[in-house]
This record gives sequence, C-alpha cells and structure tokens, in this order.
Amino acid sequence: MLQKIYDWIDERIDITPIWRDIADHEVPEHVNPAHHFSAFVYCFGGLTFFVVVIQILSGMFLTMYYVPDIENAWRSVYYLQTEVAHGQIVRGMHHWGASVVIVMLLLHTLRVFFQGAYKKPRELNWIVGVLLFFTILGLGFTGYLLPWDNKAYFATEVGLNIAQDVPIIGDEIKTLLSGDEEIVGAQTLARFFAIHVFFLPAGLFALLGVHFILIRRQGISGPL
Amino acid sequence: MHKGKGMKFVGDSRISSERKSNIPKDYSEYPGRTEAFWPNFLLKEWLAGSVFLVGFLSMTLAHPAPLEKMADPTAAGYIPLPDWYFLFLYELLKYDFASGPYILFGIIIIPGLAFGGLLLAPFLDNGPGRRPHQRPIAVGMMLLALTSTIWLTYKSASHVDWEQRADANKPVPPSEEVQIDKESEGYALYENNCMSCHGEDMGGTAGPALIGIDYSADEIATIAKEGIGSMPPGQFSGSDEELQKLADFIVSVNEQ
Ligand code: HEM
Repeated sequence: MLQKIYDWIDERIDITPIWRDIADHEVPEHVNPAHHFSAFVYCFGGLTFFVVVIQILSGMFLTMYYVPDIENAWRSVYYLQTEVAHGQIVRGMHHWGASVVIVMLLLHTLRVFFQGAYKKPRELNWIVGVLLFFTILGLGFTGYLLPWDNKAYFATEVGLNIAQDVPIIGDEIKTLLSGDEEIVGAQTLARFFAIHVFFLPAGLFALLGVHFILIRRQGISGPL
Repeated sequence: MHKGKGMKFVGDSRISSERKSNIPKDYSEYPGRTEAFWPNFLLKEWLAGSVFLVGFLSMTLAHPAPLEKMADPTAAGYIPLPDWYFLFLYELLKYDFASGPYILFGIIIIPGLAFGGLLLAPFLDNGPGRRPHQRPIAVGMMLLALTSTIWLTYKSASHVDWEQRADANKPVPPSEEVQIDKESEGYALYENNCMSCHGEDMGGTAGPALIGIDYSADEIATIAKEGIGSMPPGQFSGSDEELQKLADFIVSVNEQ
C-alpha cells in the first residue's frame, strides 16, 4: 500500500532523486566512531544541529503561551512554569539547550580548528561557521531578556550600554535594538522578541543551509 | 541525467517515464572501511542521538529552568549578570586597561582582534600543513585565547554567590502580589457583605474579582447599594459610615 502511494507520487513528480541526493553519500572510516573511537570528535557538528532542532521545536511550543509584552511576559512564563502540563520541561529544554548548543558549538569549532580542517578548500565554510557562531550568540543575548525577570532586565541594560559605547554608531545600535534612546522597556521587549523569533532564526536557517550544502559538495576533510 | 532521442515522459510533463532503480550506491570500492550514510550509518547515529537526548532530558528534569522576580527597573542594588557564555566579556570590562578611558580596548579592539582572527583564520594560517605542530602560531594563539576565556569566565563566576542570588530573587506568585489586610475593619465589612460572591481573597467566585477594578470609592458604594449587571441591589446592610469604610478598603487594595 505505502509502496503503491510512493510509486504513484514518484511517477508524477519524480521524488526519488531528490531524497537520494541527500541520503547517498559515503561515511569514510576515519570519521566513523564505530571503527576509531576517537572519531567521536566528528559528532560535535551533528550534535550541534541536533540541539538546534531541539531549540526550534521547544521554542515553537513556548510561543504558544509566551506573551511578548512587559505586563504579561513574566506572568506567562510563570504560568507556563507552574501550571501548564509539561510546561516546565519544555521551558527547561529551551533554557538548557541554549547552553548545550554553545558547548557543542565550541567543541565543533575546536575540532575543526585543531585539525586544520578550515584550510583550502574549506575557507568559505569556516567563515559561514563563524557567522553561525555569532548568530547563536545573538540568539542567546536576545532570548535572555524574554522572561522579563530581574536578571533578564538588568543584563540587557548592561548589554545595551556596552553597545552604546561603540564609537560613531553606538547610539544608533542601541536605539535600533531597544526602540528608544533611553528606556529599556516595552519597545525593547517587542524588538528582542522579533529578533529572537524571526530575524535571527531566518539567518540561522540560511547559514545552516549553506554550511550543509558546502559540506556535501566538498566532502569531509581527509584524515590527518 | 538521461538525455536524447527516444525519451518517454509522463503525460505532457518533463518527468521521464523510465523508472530509476532505488538501490543505494555501492561503497565497497572506496578506501578503508567506508560505509553508506543511508541507511547503515544513520541507524548508528540515531542510537547515539537517543542516548544524548536521554541524558539531556534527565538534566532538564533534574534542574528546572530558573526564573527570578518580575523585572523591576527601580530595583536599585540589583547586581546584573549575563548568561555564563558572556561572562568572559563582562569580566574583561572590569580591568583598568579595558574600561573607563580605555573602554574601546575592552569592547572593540580586544574582542575585535579575537573574533576577527577567528573569522579570518584560514587566511592568516594559510600554509599547507594541517597538523597542529605544523602551525605553531595559529595553535598557540588559539590556546592563549581559549585559556584567557576560560580564566575570565572562571574569575567572573567565582565572585558570585549563586545560592544567595537564587534565594534573594525567588519569583513571587502573581496571586500574592496584592496584600489584603484581613484584620482591618474594612475587610470585616467585606466579609459580611460581599465575600460570599466575590471570594475570600477578592479573586471572585459567583461574582467577578474585585482586584484590578477601576472604580472610585463613591462608585463602589453606589454599586454595593444599587447593584450592577447581574448583581442585585441591596447587598450592603449597615450604616453610611460603614459603607464608606468598605468602599475605601476596596479602593485601597486596588491601589497597590
Ligand atoms: C549551528 C552551528 C553549526 C552546525 C549545526 C554545524 C554543523 C556541521 C556539521 C554536521 C559538519 C560535518 C562534520 C562534523 O560534524 O564535524 C560541519 C563541518 C564543518 N563545520 Fe560546522 N556547524 C556549525 C557551526 C560551525 C562553526 C561555528 C564553525 C567554525 C567556526 C564551523 C566550521 C565547519 C567546517 C570548516 C566544517 C568542515 C570540516 C571538515 O570538512 O572536516 N561550523 N559542521
């Protein structure tokens, strides 16, 4: 039955080559932990991606309850944390995932660095990788404000003041992020929410797409 | 891609009507013990991923995500603290050479050199050798940056009394945010006249909550006598003076 449905669709839109393109590639011996245990270092990139997927899914569920305005943001998080079934787990996954993703990203970067895997011809993918790192740090910074508790508020205030100290464009950066030259308030929360939920994830997806396409084009770097 | 004469298509589409086989490529000719990603390697990856997920979920269950009191911009004396992965930057800005008149060192020059170097690493370290001992400068710089980052993070975190912070900033449940003085005269009047419908904590039962309403004392007094909506008139029995006290009490709770 399933096979028949598959064939029916495949006859019309020829999907086999699409997914075979993604599925068919070789895993060389030197990256396979089943053959050389030390090859687990090659898992860090994949684990980073896994945690990114956890972040996206848990984040999507969080927005079903979260309210991005200063009156209700904290209340909605408190409600989620104390009243909603499994709310604590979903918020916990997103909260701890934000830290785990940084750890995995660091380990992945160090693997690539110490193996010299960024050398010709993989320079461009390294640059894409560093941009991914910045994107993830940006997600961490903007997400930290969203629960609107004291630690969120005051850390963000400090962060915005640091941005303001940047020469020439400092004031503009601060106003762009916080929506006002002085106040860290309703506008700031709305902007951080938009950046955290729409702008940065859009950039993240684009960069991840390029990262993975390049890996498939170039193949993984050879053994040292 | 199959091209040329004699091709057959599905209907008037561009899709070839020739069936392609759905058999994975054979990797046995590749060097070493090369494996197919699909399905062989993916099955093992899936297992490793499950172990990782179980570990991650156990951690999440054991440590619920923290939440402090609702943000209060007037809370003087609150010591700001970023998430741990920004602590190293935060600590850096405490040094004399990176703050005050030298703030540009702290926020632009040092992080700019570090992250700029990271971004351009493939072009700065562009020799052919990949092994660490073939590129001592690059590896040395990375080790230096890594140890400074870990050291700064450690220094910053060791100043903090985490337990004391967590205790001092426990969240206040929203239902306890208004304090109702249940010993007051006003509450005694409330208890006799209004509580049966509006609840012990003024949170409402048969009638609506009396917290978060926007009436003046006179309006409340009028409602208590004459009713409003589905609340019948004549709920209040007592002197005018008592009525005034009751209304003032309800307003005072709402002013908190
Ligand atoms: C969200 C972040 C990222 C994800 C999900 C990700 C994922 C991956 C994956 C799955 C691989 C395949 C090899 C492996 O797993 O080790 C890979 C390779 C690579 N990554 Fe990343 N990565 C990320 C961030 C970065 C960063 C921050 C850098 C560098 C600063 C980087 C640089 C590279 C390079 C150069 C390769 C090719 C390495 C080789 O061929 O040996 N990536 N990445």
